[in-house]
Formats: sequence, structure tokens, C-alpha cells
Amino acid sequence: MFISCSAVDMGTRSATTRSAPVQAFASPPPPAPRRFRDPGQVPLWLRLSALFVALLCLLPVLYLVLRGAEIGSDLWSILFRGRTARIFLNSVLLTLTVTASATAIGVLLAWLTVRTDLPHRRFWSILTCLPIVLPSYVGAFALIATLGPNGALQHLLSVWGVTQLPSIYGFFGAWLALTLFTYPYVQLSVRAGLRGLDPSMEEAARSLGRSNLSAFRRVTLPHLQPAIVAGALLVALYTLSDFGAVSLLQFDAFTRAIYVHYTGALDRSAAAILALLLVVLTLGILTMEYRLRGRSRYYRVSAGAARRQQPMPLGVWKVPALMFCGLLVFLALGIPLLVTGYWLIQDGASVNVLRETVTITLNSVAAAGLASAACVLAALPIVVYAVRFPDRHSRWMERCVYIAHGLPGIVVALALVFFGIRFVPALYQTWAMLILAYVILFIPLALGNLRATLMQISPRIEEASRMLGKSARSTLSQITVPLLRPGLLAGLALVFLTCMKELPATLILGPTGFPTLATRIWSATEEAYFARAAAPALILVAVSAISMWIILRQEERVS
Amino acid sequence: MNLIRSHSLLAVVALLVVLALIRVIWIGRDGTGPSITVYSGRTADLIQPLIDQFERETGIRVQVRYGQTAEMAATILEEGRRSPADVFLAQDAGALGALARADRLTPLPADLLDLVEARFRSPAGQWVGLSGRARVITYHPDRIDPSALPDHLQALCEPHWQGRVGWAPMNASFQAFVTALRVTEGHDAARDWLTCMARQRTRSYANNSAILMAVASGEIDAGLVNHYYLHALARERTGALPIRNHYPAGGVLVNVAGAGILRTASAPDLADRFLRYLLDESAQRYFTDRTFEYPLVRGIAPNEVLPPLHDLQTTDLDLNQLDDLERTLRLLQDVHLL
Repeated sequence: MFISCSAVDMGTRSATTRSAPVQAFASPPPPAPRRFRDPGQVPLWLRLSALFVALLCLLPVLYLVLRGAEIGSDLWSILFRGRTARIFLNSVLLTLTVTASATAIGVLLAWLTVRTDLPHRRFWSILTCLPIVLPSYVGAFALIATLGPNGALQHLLSVWGVTQLPSIYGFFGAWLALTLFTYPYVQLSVRAGLRGLDPSMEEAARSLGRSNLSAFRRVTLPHLQPAIVAGALLVALYTLSDFGAVSLLQFDAFTRAIYVHYTGALDRSAAAILALLLVVLTLGILTMEYRLRGRSRYYRVSAGAARRQQPMPLGVWKVPALMFCGLLVFLALGIPLLVTGYWLIQDGASVNVLRETVTITLNSVAAAGLASAACVLAALPIVVYAVRFPDRHSRWMERCVYIAHGLPGIVVALALVFFGIRFVPALYQTWAMLILAYVILFIPLALGNLRATLMQISPRIEEASRMLGKSARSTLSQITVPLLRPGLLAGLALVFLTCMKELPATLILGPTGFPTLATRIWSATEEAYFARAAAPALILVAVSAISMWIILRQEERVS
Repeated sequence: MNLIRSHSLLAVVALLVVLALIRVIWIGRDGTGPSITVYSGRTADLIQPLIDQFERETGIRVQVRYGQTAEMAATILEEGRRSPADVFLAQDAGALGALARADRLTPLPADLLDLVEARFRSPAGQWVGLSGRARVITYHPDRIDPSALPDHLQALCEPHWQGRVGWAPMNASFQAFVTALRVTEGHDAARDWLTCMARQRTRSYANNSAILMAVASGEIDAGLVNHYYLHALARERTGALPIRNHYPAGGVLVNVAGAGILRTASAPDLADRFLRYLLDESAQRYFTDRTFEYPLVRGIAPNEVLPPLHDLQTTDLDLNQLDDLERTLRLLQDVHLL
């Protein structure tokens, strides 16, 4: 299945193999994005479909501008009160720290489970990726129950006379919860990146006298940069848009303030102004990401080794590595499962709950399945445009697609209520609307993976296909998409798992009478019927584990 | 390309699509006949059995959307005149008041309103209370002697309560309570109390459930919540629950969960029947027997685990004044609670 290969392109920043066409509208100065073809040759259908997707994703921003415009004189008092500055800084701080820690954990885990001789790698792959499926409000509840004041941990430690633990509430708890439930975004993205790498590059480095570590640092890591940055971006935007964890763990972040305006006075204009500030913050993050992304070539330029990578022996590090994986799985997955299991034991009416749960599970799987396919389809034109024909337009389209991902779900949901009922009433409160909401919310999850994978595929292959007489479209469907498979799979997986736990859009936009696992868990915890939340929560994890297993197996076969 | 490989992935995707289509058809299969659409801020656990019963008895199909009260209200406002909703069921009077102010609710007939005491419904007749919720102090009996509990919530700002109390400033029922405090005691008194409580390091929780868990675990000794959470939790638990409710003798705020009919309802007559059903004796009994709320229709006794409503010294308050949330929110923001 491997195509071209070998001769190494060690993350060079220079290698321009072909003179770029004149940049008539050159935007940020150095280093200019590489052009593989004249931008004038972007196929029209590609340009139009990418534009269509980008415009769809801007609907929430348009809604916010319309609502925000109604604010009148309150604008300045909202923008310039001390509290706005404080929550702005809080959100920035939380986003930076969570992104840093989640990235470190995600890269390490991806490397351990893909490239080393860690025992039972597939087992650990699945388990370490699974925390992604936990709704953050469930995870946060579980962390409070165990690590909080008078929680299980403190009871255990009280034997040794420990009477007080550092408080889980506030920054520390929010950071911990969000790190634990977001690092799989980086891990999944980096996994795909690692699998696309040519093992001969590291081998070449080692044969030239580099140690394992140094070869990893100097050769592998730079090549993984697009994958790492893509994953980190998702973590950053998740942190920015999360409401469940920050509200339960009592950290005063931006989303909390937005919710207060929506839920308290139903003041949609004030909420819109704050949400627009969040858009600004997201744009800042996207600019940072664009700088970090790297403009090098990440594909191989000629044929080479089509073989499996040799796992790197961990040696004495095997035990610490296992302990690290074990600890993470315990914290991010074990604790929530133990707590929900404890809720389940207390449940009396389980038979009734189970019968109902079958329908609910079907609902969740069907909605998430359709949404993941739709997201990948919608992401394809944007990715191909942005990677193969990078220009000013493609860059803005990419940014547009990411903006909604940094917004809380309620904003996107209300935006679609606003537009849906006015312009496509026939689709309002149908599946189509819900899937559209999922696409707008989660298309970046598919996009990041596709982009990182496409960057590893040499455009020469596509050019060869074009030269042999294939049209641009059949080249895309017969050459590019099949080669994109690892990225497609990772994208499908991420969107599927994230849709399974999505709450606000599902509640507001789903068809009437459409309970899903996530809405069921939420409604039960809301009224303190914890026992009733347990069964759906456990099924959510089980279904996700199965899908994760299928996807990882596919991924292994592919490489 | 290896055909088998591509096929197994295709099979998974195809299976999902088929499942989804089956599900779509299943949902679309709902028969014809009279039907109403209800937007419910009450969760399914608190009302669905009652709705099922209504469907069985009347043959009217009820399509229910569940969600958070405030989000549902925001959705209705966003939908505008085209809203498919006939009935809005809310967890608190504030959201109903907000919809009434936006002129989204239609006046209800007098004989329907009269089923409920005047203090538990809108004077303009746009919404009616269905069940009552008392604001109580929930406490851990091993850590607090019931006799040491105050007669007024205001007394919780005495020094010995420092760091022992929890509340949920983001919660609508808490905000309604603060509004009540503002209306009955005056804006400045409310501000002083909030400031005092905040200085006392009163812990802020995300919602009532979280407060209950915190009291049960001993994280805090007391919390300000609605009365029925305790009973709901107790019924789910097999073991004994180390929490009790204290109804302050000096005055309990009784807020309502209520309902209104939308001005744009497509089937106002059926909606009317639905509301009457919820105010019927069997439904009122359901609210008190199953969800441990106070029935609001005269002559129906509350669940025996609850102190009777007339024994409670309730605060003398017009619930409509609870819709003045904006000043409450501003106050909460001023004292840095929101």
C-alpha cells in the first residue's frame, strides 16, 4: 500500500523543488507558502465546494454579529468591565496550560503505543484514547467524587493521617480534568502522523551516529509537527469552548459568563458580545497555530522502504512506561468508570432502564455515524484546497472552519435555530439540522487529521496521475482519497466519538423525542438521579471502545 | 487497493447509515391524529410517565423536547413566531416570566388559573404553577445539630458558618431566591448578605446536585437548595443518606415549576387540555408522590415526607416579581458571584 518512498527529506525548510509562481497578493512575508500549481488552476468545483463549507461554518458568527448588533449602550460596559478582562485572562491561562500538558502526554503516548515495544500496544492504544468519549461534566463529577474534599482518595489517605488534600476546585481541577479528557486528540492525530512516516529516516539518522532519543528529537519530531500542532489546536479550542468541566470545577472561564447571560436573563445580545470576544481569541489561537505549523515538505520524494517500522526497544524504561500508561488510564478512565459503576450498583430499576437504553444507543450511534461521514466529506475539499493550492483564500477558509469549534455548543445551536426556522423550516428539528450542527461544530476534528496526512503524500503522485490523463476529480477519488485513508479513519473516529457525547446542540436541534446517551446522562445527573445516568454512561464508553477498536485495527492494516 | 480492506470499512459505514435510516424512518413513522408539541425544561424523569398516561387517556400525541429551562426559553425566543412549540414547561417562574414579558405566552382561561392559588400563578394569567419547590437548607446531621440551624437564611452569614456553606449562583432557583430577597428585604440588604456570604468563603457549586453530593461527602456542612433533590436522591440510594432538609421557620420561599401556552400554538385547545390534565388530581399526586414536589391545586395533600405547605411560613411574595432577573444578575456580578 505504500507508494513512493525513501530519499529522506529531513524536515528541510528550504527545499523548493519548483519555482513558485509570482505572488501577486503576497500576504505575510516569509516564508511564502509553497505552491505546487498555479493557483489559477484550482478546479472550480473544488473552490466552490470549499467556499460553501467555509460559509456554512461562518453561520454562527453571522448570528452573533446580528444579535450583538442589538446590544446598544451596554456594549462598552460589557467590554470594559474588570470581570471581562479577568475571565478573558482566565480562559487564556487555562487554554495555554491544558494545551501544553495535553500535547506532552498525547505525543508521548502516541510514540509509546506506535513506535516502541511496549507490551500489549493495541490494548493500551484503545484504553489511552478512550477518555475522549467521556462528557466533561461526567468526568468532572467523577474527579470531584474521588479527588475532591472528603472524596475517596482522602478517605484512603486518612489512614496515614492526611486530613486535607489540595483543593480540586478552581484552576487546578479544571486544568486536570481538561488535560485528562483532551490529550487523546493529540494522541490520535500523532498516531496517524507516526504511521505515515518512513522508518528509513530515523534509521538513516541512527546510522549517521544519532542516539535513539536524538534521532527522535531531530528527525521524527520535526516531521510530526503538523500532526502535533493539529492535535494541540483541537485541545486548545476544546478547552476554550468547554462548559461542563469549568462550571463543575468552579473555574471562572469565558464560557461560564456566556452561559450566565443566556440562562439568567436570557440576554442573547450580551451573550453574543462575549461570544464574539471568544471568536477573537480563537482567531488569535489560529494565527499562532499557523505560525507553528511549519511550511516544510513532509512527504518523501522518491520510492523507498515500504515496510513496517521496527519497534524501538524500551529497555529499562518499560516499567516506567507501563506505569505511566496505567496511571493515565486509571485517572482518565478508571475513576469515571468506577464512579459510574458505583452509581449503577445503587440502581434499583435497571431492567426498565436497559430496555430504553437500546433505542437511545441506536440514536446516538446513528447520529454520530452520519455526522462523522458528513464531517469527513465536508472537510475534504477544504483540505485539498488548502494543502495542494495554498493561497490567501484557502488560508481564510481554513480559519473559518475552525472558528465555530471554539464556541460553546449552545451558541452554534441557537444560531442554527435562528437560520434554520427562517430559511429552511422544512429541515428544522430534523436529522439534517442536527447533522449540520455537528458538521459545523466538529469539522475541524476531521480537517486536522486529513491535513496532516495529506501533507505526507507527495503531490508528485497526483501529478503523475494527471499526466497519465486522469481528470482532477478522478485523481482525487482514485489516488488522493485512498492514500488519505489513515487520516480519514482518524477523522471519522474523532468526530464519531465527540458527537456521541455532544449535548447542547443535540438537545436544542435534534428531532423531537430523540433521546441520546448524552442527553440521558445529562438529564439524570441534573436531577441527582445518578443511578439512572450510570447505564447510559457505561454504554457510551462501551460503544466507543468498540468503535475505537475497529478503527485502530483498520489503521494497523493500512500501514 | 486491497478490496477486502476497503470493504470492511465500507461495511461499517454502510451499517451505520442503514441503522441511521431505520431510525429516521422509525421517528417519521409517528401516526397522524391530534398532537401537540411541548418544550420541557423539566427532565424526562420528572414528567414523562405523566405524559405517557395523558397520551393513553386522551389519544392526543405529545411530542416532547427536553432541555434546560433557560436554553428552551432561549430557543423559543430565537424561533420567534414560527416556533413549533404549543406548550412550555419550565422549572422556574423566572423563565416563564421572561417569555411572558417578550409577549410569547397567551393568557390562560380564568377557570384553569383558578385551580391554583393566586400566589402561584401569573396575575396577568399567562402562566400557571404546576408544582411547588421550597428553598431549604440541606445539612449533614452528624455535623450540625438541627437546633443550631437558623430561622432565616440570612443568619448563615454569622461567623461560625464560615466556609461551611455551599450555594449555586449560576442556578436559576438560586437566582430566583436572590430576587425574592431583593424584593422582600430590599436591594441593599440583599447585596450586604451576598457580600457577607461571599466573604465567608461560601462555596459555589455548579448546580443543586453538586451541592447535595458535597453535603453528603462532608465537604461542606450545609447548602442552599430546593427541597426535593434530597428525596429524589434518597429514593435512588439503597443505603441511608446523611442529609436532611431544614425549612427555616422565619420564611420559606416557594418557587414553582409551571407552564404556559405559546401565543403561536397551532393547537391551543389541545394545549389547554394538556395543562388541565397536569392540574388534575392524579397529575398533582404524581408530582408529590413521585417527584416530591408540592401540589399546587387546593385540597391535595403533599407527600407525607414533606412538611405541609400551610405549616410553612412562606415568604410573602408575588412570583411574578421573580422575572426581574436582570437586576439580580447585575447584583450577582457586582459582588463577583457570576
